[in-house]
Amino acid sequence: MAAQGSILGNAVTRKEDPGLLTGSNEYVDDLDIDAAQIVFVRSTMAHAILLEVDISEAVNMPGVLAVYTAENLELTAVNQSEFMDPSMNRPPLASGRVRFVGDIIAAVVAESKSQGVDAAEQIIVDYDPLPANADIEAAVADDAPILWEGAENNVCFAIGNEYDGPDVTEGADVVVSERIVTQRLAGVPMEPNGCVAIPEGDSMTFYASTQAAHGLRDGLAPNLGLEPDNLRVIAPWVGGGFGPKAGLYIEYILCGKAAQQLNQPVRWAEQRGENMVSMAQGRAMVMNAEMGVNNDGSIVGLKARVVADAGAYPAIGAVLPMLTMQLSQAVYDIPAIDFFAQSVVTNTTFIGAYRGAGRPEATQMVERVLDKAAAAIGMDPAEIRRKNYLQPDAFPLTTLVGANYDSGEYERSLDAVLEASGYSELRAEQTRRRETNDPMLLGIGVSSYVEVTAPIGLHVEYGSCEINDDGSATIKVGTSSHGQGHDTAFSMLVNDVLGIPMDQVNHVDADTETVARGSGTMGSRSLQAGGSAVYEASKVVLEKGKQLAATLLEASADDIVVGDGALQVAGVPAKSVSWAELASAAAEQEIEGGLAHELDFDGTDSTYPFGSHVAVVEVDSETGEVELLRHIAVDDCGTILNPMLVHGQQHGGIAQGVAQALWEHVQYDEDANPVSASLMDYLMPSAADLPSFEVSNTETASPRNPLGAKGIGESGTIGSTPAVHNAVCDALVHLGVEHIDMPCTPQAVWKALQDA
Amino acid sequence: MPPYCWRKGSTVEISVSVNGTQRTSEVEARTLLVYYLRDELGLTGTNVGCDTSSCGACTVHVNGESVKSCTMLAVQADGENVTTIEGLAPSSDELHPMQESFREHHGLQCGYCTPGMVMAACSLLDENPRPSEADVREGLEGNLCRCTGYHNIVKAVLACSGQDVS
Repeated sequence: MAAQGSILGNAVTRKEDPGLLTGSNEYVDDLDIDAAQIVFVRSTMAHAILLEVDISEAVNMPGVLAVYTAENLELTAVNQSEFMDPSMNRPPLASGRVRFVGDIIAAVVAESKSQGVDAAEQIIVDYDPLPANADIEAAVADDAPILWEGAENNVCFAIGNEYDGPDVTEGADVVVSERIVTQRLAGVPMEPNGCVAIPEGDSMTFYASTQAAHGLRDGLAPNLGLEPDNLRVIAPWVGGGFGPKAGLYIEYILCGKAAQQLNQPVRWAEQRGENMVSMAQGRAMVMNAEMGVNNDGSIVGLKARVVADAGAYPAIGAVLPMLTMQLSQAVYDIPAIDFFAQSVVTNTTFIGAYRGAGRPEATQMVERVLDKAAAAIGMDPAEIRRKNYLQPDAFPLTTLVGANYDSGEYERSLDAVLEASGYSELRAEQTRRRETNDPMLLGIGVSSYVEVTAPIGLHVEYGSCEINDDGSATIKVGTSSHGQGHDTAFSMLVNDVLGIPMDQVNHVDADTETVARGSGTMGSRSLQAGGSAVYEASKVVLEKGKQLAATLLEASADDIVVGDGALQVAGVPAKSVSWAELASAAAEQEIEGGLAHELDFDGTDSTYPFGSHVAVVEVDSETGEVELLRHIAVDDCGTILNPMLVHGQQHGGIAQGVAQALWEHVQYDEDANPVSASLMDYLMPSAADLPSFEVSNTETASPRNPLGAKGIGESGTIGSTPAVHNAVCDALVHLGVEHIDMPCTPQAVWKALQDA
Repeated sequence: MPPYCWRKGSTVEISVSVNGTQRTSEVEARTLLVYYLRDELGLTGTNVGCDTSSCGACTVHVNGESVKSCTMLAVQADGENVTTIEGLAPSSDELHPMQESFREHHGLQCGYCTPGMVMAACSLLDENPRPSEADVREGLEGNLCRCTGYHNIVKAVLACSGQDVS
């Protein structure tokens, strides 16, 4: 794609940075809007009949404008996923029953936040406790407490590939199995959630810290009795999302409703302690996997039985096992797969999309059980992978589980990561340590993955390009940047097509009034879908510009080429016309549609990035402490637009993936009380916990968009967790330890060593 | 109603030098320094990322040393010198070398932790002008970032100390 001299493929620093580095770019809570504050009273019980809610003290507290409960504010219960039965819709204000710690019972609106908090503390809630359950497997047991009255059990969704042949492992030389837990995680964007609702007669402007302004508008409008056209949703600067900020929150509905009731702006600024129970969480599956292999390493079949947690009010997380199934063939030529998953409701925070969203789970399962198979037949983990890869000539390929792989060269990524890591030297050092009974055990973990980006129909996106009177360009796009650097990346594309300097490209996103439509940013879709839309729209503008220039310069349109901020006659740079002049000419000649174009780019299907990682850990056999010494990643996201941005995504993704393997875990006690609901208790890593990462790339272009791009936002997370997990298990395998559940904390490792 | 003596009518006048300008305000005694900066002075570059003093997004300098401004009451800053991210660069059209280094090395993505991280990093180099990678990692332990995996933040700080990071 990139022609000689093109900016594409270069490490270009970000346009976004100066305003972020000086603190002048505004997040939602920074907006200078005079607004009342909404504060929520949340259930402290995981499961209970809601008796009296006494607000009599609170309503008379200083600064209080209103106190809402289900008694005095009628709201429709919200269907959080179209796949879920409406009987499990979530009432914005709990009525009759509370189902998790964090359920909203009352909302206080006050002039200031501290007044709101003071008043909220005066609300007295009377509960009649019910048996609660936070355990995924217990939720499907016969004696499980049923969350939803009238339901026969707690299952809210099921999916499988309806395999009906003989046992998929039949005939295999060896069959291995493992119960693999992918523990519940919190997304923890550094900016918590928040919004400001500004009512204006029959309409409203709504600022929110969201990844998808248009989707939020469409979900929010009916809940506020508004036509979507009368609701303008804007995402200002957003301080990280990672998936949990992609949806409609009932807090938004309550904030909007309060603003309508009081006819004044109302703001919600989520606190972190609140965020750790109210924001969608991720993973939370138990996966029982069985794999048959022959002694030569070839895989015979894979069987998986998965139970996924949906939380109390099922949402997108309940259906993510779809993606887990879709990726369960992984990068391998597996002759038979038997996959079945069901999602269950528990008395916990709801599960949503979190970096990877259904795909890391598949990789964690396959890569862990494959390592067990390798150990069982005495084969090196790298070699068993090599033995089973799908080959480049297999693509495009519809897999046994319905994925539509576009392109891939899996063995090349393995070779690259083995070389970059010095794999054979690492194995030699491991052997040396084992032979000398070194108490510092060395573990080497390998993983290979394929993942799906722009999944579930997200490969279509809106984009436009317009030349302004001064020769600058405005691009509008339906994706929604929240840290990825879209302004920079998309401006590079416009610069490449039109020759307009990047600082004269005005990037507009995440505003339902100025951007016609859009699906937001999630599923690592933005460059391949939104970027391609902008790129294609710019190319149409170029053609229009060339026709105009040909007339103005008295040349053939075929001889017009792109210069610096101008179009010119090929070989005659003096004969040029600037984009400002072209814009003026377009206006004079009343060119249809002006010097502008908008379109919906359709990539026809998802793309499938892949890669291989090697993790090197040191395990102190006396304390169980694990230190990640090195992490080497080779991630293939197709053709690279800006390597600086790609590496940044790899680094951040790896850190989150490592954190799942070693530290992070949203935990509940036996009564479903959250016990990790602060950053004191939830072990999100700091710089001191991690090494620098060794990242590189192979580039296998996707045929599904003109940029050759695949997503990179989630690859690091997907590849790193199983590599680190396998590394910890690999460090202990010679001592008889077969498996350790994540997170591999010192306690878990020490216990495994004692039990071995 | 609980007998919170600070609750009503309990305001205090404070005078703080913020980014070189003397500011005098009446604040509720319970006001944290970060909310004084954000809500009273409108200096919203300093962010709030948690409620347990864990994340460091609110890091500012008080008398030249980095402080998590959620761990300090505004009244404790009375008579002191406070520098926030808005006051770090030498002028409005320049960046401080640390800010420049973060930009050069892609040490930020969503930018929410960035003001606190930059303030902490400046303080770190004041104390240790040529830190090792391990020194930087230890020194920034109190500042959490979810986007960058810290890799490029560490690189930016080492580069700003004049060390080769290529």
